Amino acid sequence: MSRGLPWGPMARMAGRRALFAVPVLGVVTFGVFAVAAASPFDPVKAYAGTAGLTASQENLDQLRANLGVDRPLVARWWDWLTSALQGDFGDSSVMRQPVADVIAERMGWSVLLAATAFLIAILLGTGLGVLAARRPGGWLDRCVSSVAYTLEAAPAFWLGLLAIWFFALKLDVLPAGGLTDAASDVVTFGQVASHLVLPAAVLGVSQLPWFYLYVRQGVADALAEDPVRGARARGLSERTVLLGHALRSGMLPMLTLIGSRVPELITGALLVETVFSWPGIAAATVEAATSVDFCLLAALTVLATAAVLLGNLLSDLLYGLADPRVAFDG
Amino acid sequence: MADTAIALPGRTARRVRVTTSAVIVVAVGLAVLVVPPLTQLDQQAVDLANKLVPPSLAHPFGTDDVGRDLLLRCVYGLRVSLLVGLVAALTATVVGTAIGALAGALGGWADRIVMRVVDALSSIPHLLLGIFIVAMFRPGVWPVIISVALTHWISTARIVRAEVLSLRSRPFIDAAVSGGASRTRIVVRHLLPGVLPQAGLAAVLMVPHAMWHESALSFLGLGLPAHQASLGNLVQSARGSLLAGDWWPTLFPGLFLIIPTLALAGLAGAWRDRINPRRKSELML
Repeated sequence: MSRGLPWGPMARMAGRRALFAVPVLGVVTFGVFAVAAASPFDPVKAYAGTAGLTASQENLDQLRANLGVDRPLVARWWDWLTSALQGDFGDSSVMRQPVADVIAERMGWSVLLAATAFLIAILLGTGLGVLAARRPGGWLDRCVSSVAYTLEAAPAFWLGLLAIWFFALKLDVLPAGGLTDAASDVVTFGQVASHLVLPAAVLGVSQLPWFYLYVRQGVADALAEDPVRGARARGLSERTVLLGHALRSGMLPMLTLIGSRVPELITGALLVETVFSWPGIAAATVEAATSVDFCLLAALTVLATAAVLLGNLLSDLLYGLADPRVAFDG
Repeated sequence: MADTAIALPGRTARRVRVTTSAVIVVAVGLAVLVVPPLTQLDQQAVDLANKLVPPSLAHPFGTDDVGRDLLLRCVYGLRVSLLVGLVAALTATVVGTAIGALAGALGGWADRIVMRVVDALSSIPHLLLGIFIVAMFRPGVWPVIISVALTHWISTARIVRAEVLSLRSRPFIDAAVSGGASRTRIVVRHLLPGVLPQAGLAAVLMVPHAMWHESALSFLGLGLPAHQASLGNLVQSARGSLLAGDWWPTLFPGLFLIIPTLALAGLAGAWRDRINPRRKSELML
């Protein structure tokens, strides 16, 4: 691209999306509070914990007044929103520390896991997709496609458990879970790397079918189009035609749509992090849900929504960059 | 043409696939409907002398850690999962069709507000929203069904709205309007019949998706109670045995989830090829 990137239109699109994200996040946070208000969940009992069982009614009433539970829904939501904007998301009752600290501590591990899994899915999906697209309907295509459909139907937690059984118990080559060995209390690179292999592979394989099917379709379509016919007519080798022409145009839609895969990635991470006791924010979400930790759960739901919106923006920006016919006006 | 690039499997191959899917769906239906009342076997029957027996002739799927027969447990678990999936998918389809048809037929501000809410809701990952709802309402059958239905009506609403919008501009609607038909009559007689095939297809495709969600919630310990064990509960309760090296209590409940999913998707794909021949069938999970 000799003209340079279209920074102006891209920035305007990002700005419009940021404006759109404000009401969406507003609706989502309000929805979170409305669901909690409609449910039998009682913040006072949650706050008091087991001490609430023996506390006197006066103490509980005092706590109720201090927490401001009886104030209207909108007022409580607005209080939460204004302090959240200043970085204060309240305290997590299950982790016994501020929600912001929980997220800061665990975010890095989740990003590491998700990025590795994405890389595995992209590399494996592209390789298999190109091989299958060379002969659509051939035995390789049929085998890999059947496996892909089966994997798409297989729950990630089940794949993870079977992987633990096979690689950690039967072969005893990889650790079954956690971030480091139980005996070691320092986090070293080697420890993390060996503990990362299984969860990242399972999360990557659970995302693989989508990447594979997209590349296979894209490359197969490109192989039937005029540029490829022209390249073949010029006598270029099959390898150049496949990797230089068909793969380049066939991979583009998949690469640009990576951002829109964030929801599936979060769903997969919720299950995989729990199965492998990976200390990320997805596992924390499940822990927060199990012990009804409202502050942590609300913050993580909003965080996930923001991640999805960001992913959508990224994918639209990339799509506009890759295909000049698409304008940045979404 | 894109259609020639991916060679469609021949007619025979497709027929084999549809027949296999249909046979599996019928077999699953019979198994979950007929086996429990006919056999009168107790799936909860504990047999501590025969705990964690590997698959054998007496116990084709083996037994679990308290000696319960896993084949029977899986059939009962599938029954629960299927029931929850069906109710949730049906609820989501009815809600989605009503909201989508209303938005499409009314247009203007109503349409815009509905679509903004749909956009906001679809920005939350489904499983996370489901987890949140179940956590707030405590695990149980109805919170699970509601949480799955609440997260799944969105796609149906989108499909139905798009279908209504495309139907609205057709000449027969103009003819009905100029013929003096009321708004209600147009919606009921002309719009809904056109939308129903798409909504029905969406409902069938949603059943496996709803079952998948229920299993994930149950596996995380946020789903159905243990005495109404679904396939997800079975995988969850098998974790201890798995870590001791016994694979069968984990493997079979998962297969019981995957095989009906593939069969239902195969049937729905054939149906979609029939009502919408240009789109190729794919599994929509």
